[in-house]
Amino acid sequence: MTEQLDAGLVAGRIAESGQVSEPSAEREMGRARRRKEDARLVTGRTMWTDNIQLPGMLYVAFLRSPMAHARITGVDVSAARSLPGVVAAYSGRDLAEEQGSLPCAWPVTEDIVIPDHPPMAVDEVRYPGEAVACVVATDRYRAADALEAIAVDYEPLDPVLDMTEALAEGAPKVHEAGNRAFTWKFAGGDIDAAFRDAPVVIDRAYVQQRLIPTAMEPRAVVATTDGDGFTLYSATQIPHVLRVMLAMTTGIPEHKLRVVAPDVGGGFGSKLQVTAEEVLALLLARRLGRPVKWTESRSEGNLTVHHGRDQLQRIAVAADRDGRIRGVRVELLADMGAYLMLVTPGVPLLGAFMYNGIYKMDAYDFTCTGVFTTKMPTDAYRGAGRPEATFAIERAVDELAHELGMDPVEVRRRNWITREEFPYTTIAGLTYDSGDYEAATEKALAMFGYDGLRAEQADRRERHDPVQLGIGVSTYTEMCGLAPSRVLGSLSYGAGGWEHAAVRLLPTGKVEVVTGTSPHGQGHETAWSQIAADALGVPFEDVSVLHGDTSVAHRGMDTYGSRSLVVGGVAVLAACEKVKERARELAAHLMEASADDVEFDGGRFRVRGTDEGRTIQELALAAFAAHDLPGGFEPRLDAEATFDPDNFSFPHGTHLCAVEVDTETGRCAIRSYVAVDDVGSVVNPLIVEGQVHGGIAQGVGQALFEEAVHDADGNLVTTTMADYLIPSAADLPEFTTDRTETPATSNPLGVKGVGEAGTIASTPAVVNAIADALRPYGVRDVRMPCTPERIWRALAEAEVTVPAQSRAAVPSTSEIAPEGGAR
Amino acid sequence: MPRITVSVDGVTYEEEVEPRLLLVHLLRDRLGKTGTPVGCDTGNCGACTVTLDGRSAKSCSVLAVQADGSEVVTVEGLARDGRWHPMQEAFHAEHALQCGYCTPGMIMAAIDLLRDDPDPSEEAVRRGLEGNLCRCTGYTNIVRAVRRAAAEMSRVPHERAPGAAEGREAAAS
Repeated sequence: MTEQLDAGLVAGRIAESGQVSEPSAEREMGRARRRKEDARLVTGRTMWTDNIQLPGMLYVAFLRSPMAHARITGVDVSAARSLPGVVAAYSGRDLAEEQGSLPCAWPVTEDIVIPDHPPMAVDEVRYPGEAVACVVATDRYRAADALEAIAVDYEPLDPVLDMTEALAEGAPKVHEAGNRAFTWKFAGGDIDAAFRDAPVVIDRAYVQQRLIPTAMEPRAVVATTDGDGFTLYSATQIPHVLRVMLAMTTGIPEHKLRVVAPDVGGGFGSKLQVTAEEVLALLLARRLGRPVKWTESRSEGNLTVHHGRDQLQRIAVAADRDGRIRGVRVELLADMGAYLMLVTPGVPLLGAFMYNGIYKMDAYDFTCTGVFTTKMPTDAYRGAGRPEATFAIERAVDELAHELGMDPVEVRRRNWITREEFPYTTIAGLTYDSGDYEAATEKALAMFGYDGLRAEQADRRERHDPVQLGIGVSTYTEMCGLAPSRVLGSLSYGAGGWEHAAVRLLPTGKVEVVTGTSPHGQGHETAWSQIAADALGVPFEDVSVLHGDTSVAHRGMDTYGSRSLVVGGVAVLAACEKVKERARELAAHLMEASADDVEFDGGRFRVRGTDEGRTIQELALAAFAAHDLPGGFEPRLDAEATFDPDNFSFPHGTHLCAVEVDTETGRCAIRSYVAVDDVGSVVNPLIVEGQVHGGIAQGVGQALFEEAVHDADGNLVTTTMADYLIPSAADLPEFTTDRTETPATSNPLGVKGVGEAGTIASTPAVVNAIADALRPYGVRDVRMPCTPERIWRALAEAEVTVPAQSRAAVPSTSEIAPEGGAR
Repeated sequence: MPRITVSVDGVTYEEEVEPRLLLVHLLRDRLGKTGTPVGCDTGNCGACTVTLDGRSAKSCSVLAVQADGSEVVTVEGLARDGRWHPMQEAFHAEHALQCGYCTPGMIMAAIDLLRDDPDPSEEAVRRGLEGNLCRCTGYTNIVRAVRRAAAEMSRVPHERAPGAAEGREAAAS
């Protein structure tokens, strides 16, 4: 039944049915339904992976390297093996023959260096926390105790911590092949012409600090076997991808492996991975013939859940004096960490097409070098490449505005793609299908009270108020909804980007929707129910959504990259349309009419111009009974559909942030935050708002609080939640959000992705606001996270000392930012 | 091994426990009360918050032996006659959860917060929940939910608030 449905075909069917294109009072689309998921979550009747208890289950604990880089000269697990309750203990050497290598699915260049990545280190450790041995015991306390009885001899090697130094001649090597993983380039237009004689060049370096994703649920794995097949329960975002990759790497045949993602407590990209612990749990279950469970501690997680960001950015913007951008040149160093994991090298490339932002320009040039260091590998973290790109261009555009003495909104207005210009093919080669930057910006400015805040800012500067006001602007777009398969293939990604759905009408008229997406907080059970209820004319409550188990949802590409609705939700719609066509055929047969004369409205098929009709529930029962079916009609109302859009999704919006910065203490507080996002048509505004809120909070976290810090020896020092600070309720303001709705043209629902938008937009909004507050003091930039200490130091070291008496006199651009000045 | 008696969600248990066993592991691994999750092991995230004799406590930072003779209420013990606690209702109504992992602890901490301040300002809610971290929601809807529950609970005092003002009695009932 599976077939590829293109958007046009689906759109045609919907238009014909009149269900989605003509809103009615009863429509589910756009309705703020409270979530179906909540009942089990607010009552504690959840199934987190760590909740699973199986008969005879054993607990795994890993001994982890206390060094960033060392040769392993000996591991002795014998003492651990003899302790009470210990069933087994293994070193990497013990598992070397069967553990294989963890996969990288995104070889971005032909000559990329992809080192072997043993799940448990055998000869050498290359990042702190890398597993070197394990214990399997009858309870988690005994397993942890026994780790202390394992002796490991290390011969320390030089850590490789700084990307620039790592690329220097004679630098210590992470791998024999050297520290350069790849260099990837993209060019559009004549960049030299754009920069030649450019009246204004803004040339800046920004540090995208290393982040720890910090999903609230720590990772956990349960592996079990009946001697033939295997079941792996994992706190993962990607049960389907994981099954395929594990089959390829462990030698367990795909049809003998079932992967289940039970309730999963957040991911943000960190659970988009094939982890060492998943592979090792399967191997241990196979060796021991008993179920095994491993649940990480938060400290283990901070060390060994893949990290995010960690790029050094150099961005140059060439512009005319009237503010028109001529070209953008970007040079990136991207820290891969010690190994290339599932999509490690692809992350910076997801930003490669976004440094031009929402702006028109003549030329664009991008170079990214992936660098190995002795740190935990980086990989996808909410936004994955696009927050970095958006930060750089939005920071640089604010700097351009300042350089030209122009309002930052005005500079953007002079460069952005206007609403009449869509669809618009950018200098980076993407075709933005729809957008209305004017509308979102106007709305945001009004909600924010932009002019009033600017007046207050001027007043505070005038009064030498020690607490200065800063206003940050961020007008973003992003490419998401990962798909389309063809484009992902052209970028050397190892898989496609389609999504699959199956819809089954049960004999009693209830509906099962099976989706290949794998929600872990996004509310798919609710939103997919709304889509199916509209399409089939059944009550919202009559729809169940099944997901996250490869033996239930056979096909899928899972949840990441803000793809679930724009690919998976549309697949649900397409499958519903197919079911409806089968129901129409059956209805026509039962009513002795031509299918062309049978109309569908509100869940009922009716012969046009008559009162005779059948509800979809009656038809479900009739199909089940199979007493009177059309010739060749199989007795079921089921269908499957796969959707593979022909373009990415391009949500956009305008985020405005006002900060108050105490220039005496460096304390920075967000006073107000307004976000107007355009995510196209909306299925559930409640869920959309929640995604935006949470996204903004994570972007604010990067701007103000979060950083994975290593000491000079390469040890991670931010291993607990007391050291790695994610925002608390007391750290954040109430976010004011609204939307504009410019439907996407790349799918029949008109929807765009929303999961990452807030994170992509908010980081530059906050840092632009801080820079705006501090410019009169000669501060050009504050490195993230902009802690009070960093702000205080930036003020102390500023090029211009502004005595209290003369603070009102804002120094001219050339005085405070010589290297960013006109050339 | 020490023998302890502890009431959890109205059921009395007698257990022999290692002195080092954490309360949260007693709940989860021994008693099957998996509604209370572990988020950080260091008392920072608050996902494991329960009420211990009516006051909120992070059960990853309490030894099981310290709970000897105490009444513990978890998120699983809040509903009465199949009806949710107003705080549970409010979290649902305000979309104050996404992945839901922090939710049990957040709800238990919020109930305790209202016990001290039945009508908290936005600022008071934010300060009061500082020890409970959420990575999904950005807290805006959590704050709304707590204030919604406060309004509801002031309208129908104590009727369905066992974990709040009458923690002991409710747990023992």
